[in-house]
Amino acid sequence: MTATAKLFASAALLLLLLVGVPLFINATGRSDLYYTLTSVALLSIISAGVWITFYIGRINIGQGAYALMGGYVSAILVMEYGVSFWVTLPLAGLFCMAASVLIGLPILRLRGVYFAMVTLVLTEVARLLALALPITNGAKGIVSIPQPGRIGLFGLTIVPDFATLANPRFAFYIVSVLLMALCFAALYRLKNSRIGQLCQSLQQNEELASSIGVNITYLRVLAYAISSFLGGVGGAMFAAISQSIYPSSFTVADSINFMLNCFLGGLGYVFGPMLGTFVLYFGWDLLFQTGEFQLLIFSTILIALMLLLPNGLLSLRLSGRAKATAAAPPAHRQEETQARSTAAGRASS
Amino acid sequence: MEQVIANGLYLGAQYALIALGLTLIFALMNVLNFAHGQMYVLGGFVTYTIYGRLGLPFPVALAASCVTLGVVGALIEKFLFRPVVRRSEREESTMLLAAAVAFFLDAVILLLFGEKQRGVPKIVNGVFVSDQLIMPYDRIVVGVVAIAMIAAFVLYMQYSRPGRAMRALAQDRTAAQLMGVNVDRYSMIGFALGALLAGAVGSLLVTITGVNSGIGGPISIKAFLMVMIGGAGVVGGAIAGGFILGMMESVGLTVLREYGDITYLVIFALLMIFLSIRPNGLMGKPWG
Repeated sequence: MTATAKLFASAALLLLLLVGVPLFINATGRSDLYYTLTSVALLSIISAGVWITFYIGRINIGQGAYALMGGYVSAILVMEYGVSFWVTLPLAGLFCMAASVLIGLPILRLRGVYFAMVTLVLTEVARLLALALPITNGAKGIVSIPQPGRIGLFGLTIVPDFATLANPRFAFYIVSVLLMALCFAALYRLKNSRIGQLCQSLQQNEELASSIGVNITYLRVLAYAISSFLGGVGGAMFAAISQSIYPSSFTVADSINFMLNCFLGGLGYVFGPMLGTFVLYFGWDLLFQTGEFQLLIFSTILIALMLLLPNGLLSLRLSGRAKATAAAPPAHRQEETQARSTAAGRASS
Repeated sequence: MEQVIANGLYLGAQYALIALGLTLIFALMNVLNFAHGQMYVLGGFVTYTIYGRLGLPFPVALAASCVTLGVVGALIEKFLFRPVVRRSEREESTMLLAAAVAFFLDAVILLLFGEKQRGVPKIVNGVFVSDQLIMPYDRIVVGVVAIAMIAAFVLYMQYSRPGRAMRALAQDRTAAQLMGVNVDRYSMIGFALGALLAGAVGSLLVTITGVNSGIGGPISIKAFLMVMIGGAGVVGGAIAGGFILGMMESVGLTVLREYGDITYLVIFALLMIFLSIRPNGLMGKPWG
């Protein structure tokens, strides 16, 4: 696809989500879909964060910790200090970012399964911390958080007060879709930027990248911080929608799901997390009718998918082309990245 | 204090056995087995069925748990992990598979055994009481059995032919293959053995703490902690990690009692500091 075609496809998708879906829902009267789709949008933002850490070659199962942290930061700021929700949204992201830099500096030295395991434990620790700290109100959590207020500029209402809306779910849906679009546009830009190329060199060989002059410590902390930012923003939004946050809002299972979303969509594709979240969430929802067999069928399908498409769903779409160039690309891509990182090294030295 | 140390040793022996299975699977296949906790739970429920419901003697139930999990492990390796390892571009894909297997086992356990907490009658009655120490006899029996199993495992890995083959495989897969080791066969044996160990611990612990279908995940997390402390893929590391975690938990629960439920927070904080000094654990290979 050319750049223009890609742009058009993305715009069409956004238009479909913002206009088409509400029309469809109005026509069929299934307003419960709003909540489902909002969840998908937010979960895909959080999963996009995990995808970034995958991009630097780390398996991140700790995203639930940052989602939980973001949710709590936003909830506490709104409840205790009366800050507007719209201010707390970026603040929650920034708080997670700062925390992730502190946590990331030691643990990003770990690789492979070590990093995976330590981040998995991190999720559990976030839950324990939420239970133990006085400000988070223990297992009872923080409930009845007020809905987001209005944003005005010079007396002009840009975003109305959600509490006064007839259908706040629709408003949340629009906000979430816009956030998702913003997030994935930024992600796409990041992947194709110089930093994105450098990140790919980390994924392939950190020592080599470092020897060429790439500042690997800075890059991996940066990637991890961006990842946590997305986790925090997603978590804060979730807390606002459900108007509550508990220590069990994001658990290890959620962290693993975020990772699964990325895997399922395909690690090599920016839109992988979005597709993966959509399929996984809707698949889970559709299977709800099967009652007690839900988890059994779900996991069987997952296993079958892994056996048939070990490289993610999006690899299916590209399989025709991938087969034609199957022999060449890995070596070729590596050379290209090396060449780029050499150039980058020269530029920075 | 003696009480705390005795508790720590008893816990540590169980934990070491769990960590051994996890680390064995990791060393041989480079797979982080998310389903380890679920395998433990399955082992517990097999023992519950045979010993608790059918009333057969405990050793029979223990053996049945081991055999069941061994077979399950072998099947999972042969039909799931092997094809995916062979065909996927990135080896992390096995993690997705492991997570899916964990969900699958969770679902099967839930369907077969329900969500209730299950316990079985004590295997030995009575309590050992001395001046400093109070210890129920069944705990002592379970602890001794666990230590015996660890010793047997270490000896098996050290001196038997399959054990030697598996160690060679863990060191260097390609070199082992060139030396004529049947890689597929020993991967399968290794996976089965790892699963068997998980089932054995489940079977032992069901007699003391009981079992319910929800504890698989937390057990996996503990196993990961131990493997991180000791270093992934090293037998000695897993044993050390298990005993260290058991001891810390035992000491922490006593010392930190008045501050509330923060033992695991403290353990994690210590682990972070430790890992920033020694990223590959006590005895792990660098970057496992």
